[in-house]
Amino acid sequence: MVNRIVVGAHYGLRDWLAQRVTGLIMAVYSIIVAVVLTTGAPIRYAVWRDLFSQGWMRVATLLFATSLAWHMWVGVRDILMDYVKPLGARLALQIFVLLVISGYLAWTIQILWRTA
Amino acid sequence: MATAATNKDRPKYLSLRAILFELRLPIAGWISILHRVSGVLLFVSAVWLLFLLDRSLSSETGFASIQRYLGFALVKLSLLVLVWAYCHHLCAGIRFLLLDLHKGVDKASARRSSIVVLVVSLALTAYFGVKLW
Repeated sequence: MVNRIVVGAHYGLRDWLAQRVTGLIMAVYSIIVAVVLTTGAPIRYAVWRDLFSQGWMRVATLLFATSLAWHMWVGVRDILMDYVKPLGARLALQIFVLLVISGYLAWTIQILWRTA
Repeated sequence: MATAATNKDRPKYLSLRAILFELRLPIAGWISILHRVSGVLLFVSAVWLLFLLDRSLSSETGFASIQRYLGFALVKLSLLVLVWAYCHHLCAGIRFLLLDLHKGVDKASARRSSIVVLVVSLALTAYFGVKLW
């Protein structure tokens, strides 16, 4: 019989790798956006809105948000596995965290593609 | 600790109380625990950051209201803490990626890179802080 822990780490090289790849994607995005914001015109509403209405920026930000969602999940799950031992509590918290992260992602999409 | 190597079920040593009050962590240890702390901080406050993004992009008046909101010292200070958390998490993350590639694993360079992470993230925070204020 295979004795697996349902709320464990499914022995994941995949998660370990995902953590790093998503981190790298976010690092690149962060540097690009930091440069754009600090070297461009002073940020007024028009500048701010125009930046986020460009197609590349929307797609890049969505990539960032998706990476962030995955990155957050692996990170928070690791912490829950380290510090929350009772399986019921851990599962409940993991589900809660997944819901929160999904909400973050949905909200981001809504903000980006809202027709103002 | 002598038995730890022979004990198959040895626990990871994760006691928060020990990390904070009992052990004298080496600086690399501080980088690591701060990476975790900043990560949690960013996860929890993402809802607030999304709120700021949402309102500021919603309309001219929304943008103006966020600008006013960011004028409050406490709000600014909170944002600055998050800027630090972001910079630290990013710098420490890059350090961990390099460690994964076996760059700078020996004790001396690991210490050096820890100090670099601490200093660079504080410097970046100061830079963005000045921009923000």
